Amino acid sequence: MRPAFSVILLTTLLGAGQGLFLATFTHQAYALLGVLPPASSRGFYGAAAAVSVALLGAGLVASFFHLGRPERAWRSAAKWRTSWLSREVIALPAFMGTVFLYGMAHLTGVNPVLARLPGGMAVDASAVLGVAGTVLAFTLFVCTGMIYACLKFLREWHSPLTVANYILLGVASGFTLAAALAAQLAPPEAGFFAGWAIALTLLGAASRGASLVRNARLRPVSTLQTALGVRHPVIRQISRGFTAGSFNTREFFHGQAMSLVRSVKWLFLVLAFAVPVLLVAAHLATGSSAALTMAILVQMAGLMAERWFFFAEANHPQNLYYQAVA
Amino acid sequence: MTQLALVIDLNVCVGCQACVTSCKEWNTSGAAGPLPDTRAYAEQYAGTFFNRVQTYEVGCFPETETLHFPKSCLHCEDPPCVPVCPTGASYKRKEDGIVLVDYDKCIGCKYCSWACPYGARELDDQGRIMKKCTLCVDRIHDSALPPAERKPACVMACPTSARLFGDIHDPASEVSRAIREEGGYPLMPEWGTHPANHYLPRRKTRVSIHDDELERADNPLKVDRQQPRPAKSEPTLDDAVTW
Repeated sequence: MRPAFSVILLTTLLGAGQGLFLATFTHQAYALLGVLPPASSRGFYGAAAAVSVALLGAGLVASFFHLGRPERAWRSAAKWRTSWLSREVIALPAFMGTVFLYGMAHLTGVNPVLARLPGGMAVDASAVLGVAGTVLAFTLFVCTGMIYACLKFLREWHSPLTVANYILLGVASGFTLAAALAAQLAPPEAGFFAGWAIALTLLGAASRGASLVRNARLRPVSTLQTALGVRHPVIRQISRGFTAGSFNTREFFHGQAMSLVRSVKWLFLVLAFAVPVLLVAAHLATGSSAALTMAILVQMAGLMAERWFFFAEANHPQNLYYQAVA
Repeated sequence: MTQLALVIDLNVCVGCQACVTSCKEWNTSGAAGPLPDTRAYAEQYAGTFFNRVQTYEVGCFPETETLHFPKSCLHCEDPPCVPVCPTGASYKRKEDGIVLVDYDKCIGCKYCSWACPYGARELDDQGRIMKKCTLCVDRIHDSALPPAERKPACVMACPTSARLFGDIHDPASEVSRAIREEGGYPLMPEWGTHPANHYLPRRKTRVSIHDDELERADNPLKVDRQQPRPAKSEPTLDDAVTW
């Protein structure tokens, strides 16, 4: 498939935004349960939610560049019963709205206690919004992943690993970003996020590595023989029917040399996983906040390369029909 | 339930591209708007078509065959492009099984084209919406046309009658008979899309002439041979005349 920059930006920015929210609420939940002391800076949760909404908004804006008719985008919520894309279109604004309200509850201080658990623990509005946001964040991850994983003849994508990668890579970048934000706004908390960021980045590397290994072993199901219904083992295309370009020749092939695609694979393995883990570990060792800022910038660049490779790697069976010009 | 479809006889197709041009002509002139070509007279030109005819060479020289392969939307009975559409612009008609795009609802997200294993859908660069073969839905139900012309433009144009059109759910139809009796097959059956369009395979046409057909074994007196010329002295007409 041809990687579209709108979709690369959409998926990486959404993933980071969702992950940042999950990181923020994880910390709050730990504090509520008394595992951790509450954040030293009261504004941290609100600021993190604001950054999360900004990332989600940027992703949403990027998605419009993918559409031929962006003015009709509102129609895309119609078929949520059958289409994962439609479900994503509903889940994204629902999640953005929840994160917005969550952030407002923290920033404005309008955070009434709604209930008390039997143990005496107060459940305030931000906790309820946080739980709702967590459910919606995972719903959105699953929707995004399933958009690709549900296409069964794009076999590189048709795997539970695709959904797992979207979740783990998004959450990993979100925790790295939370660590970088905390280093600026609430330095005592940075270590908590940094530890999780290393664990989740390594988990994401394992999951992405597993899908790389799986995809390298795939054998094509469709061949020129099944595409044409001719059993002979030797078939050569003489003409694809036109010498001009067409949608079919543009949309379904990355158009790059295989050596470049392989380079991008090693590039993203280094930038999305290896370098961020080392930089976050450097922060844990030295306390440098610049290391965390570098880590999130490098990881986001790496994840964009990862997403480019994700699209380039997928081999659409329609390409069987377009192997020779004339 | 009706399922209209094309049955394409690969044994008869000569790759003349008449179906391609007639399809383009009909569908670029219709009420649904043009099928535009981008930069039609420049170097990097491109165009939107519903139908393409490709050519393949099967086998190793000298035992090769040329296969002309018309390719358009197969109007699958279980179309993977329909459920993925977020707006409902892509739909399959209940009354005749044609898979269509509602051009007023399409947002041009291209997801349906990703979901089609055959590459049957093409984005219209100028309308910025997805387009595909309509099986000439504006011809085949047009009661203003004579019944013999209520067929897709490609079927009307085919000079060798390689394209048959009809209801594959009606066992008595011409297309059902062709699929049944001439080995009609679907493309990429492995994905379970159940394409409505079928293809008839190429067949070897061999004429075998045995010696006894050149010289009849059941005619030992050779009575049908040319008779020897009579000698000069012999009567030239029948006995009855000379008598």
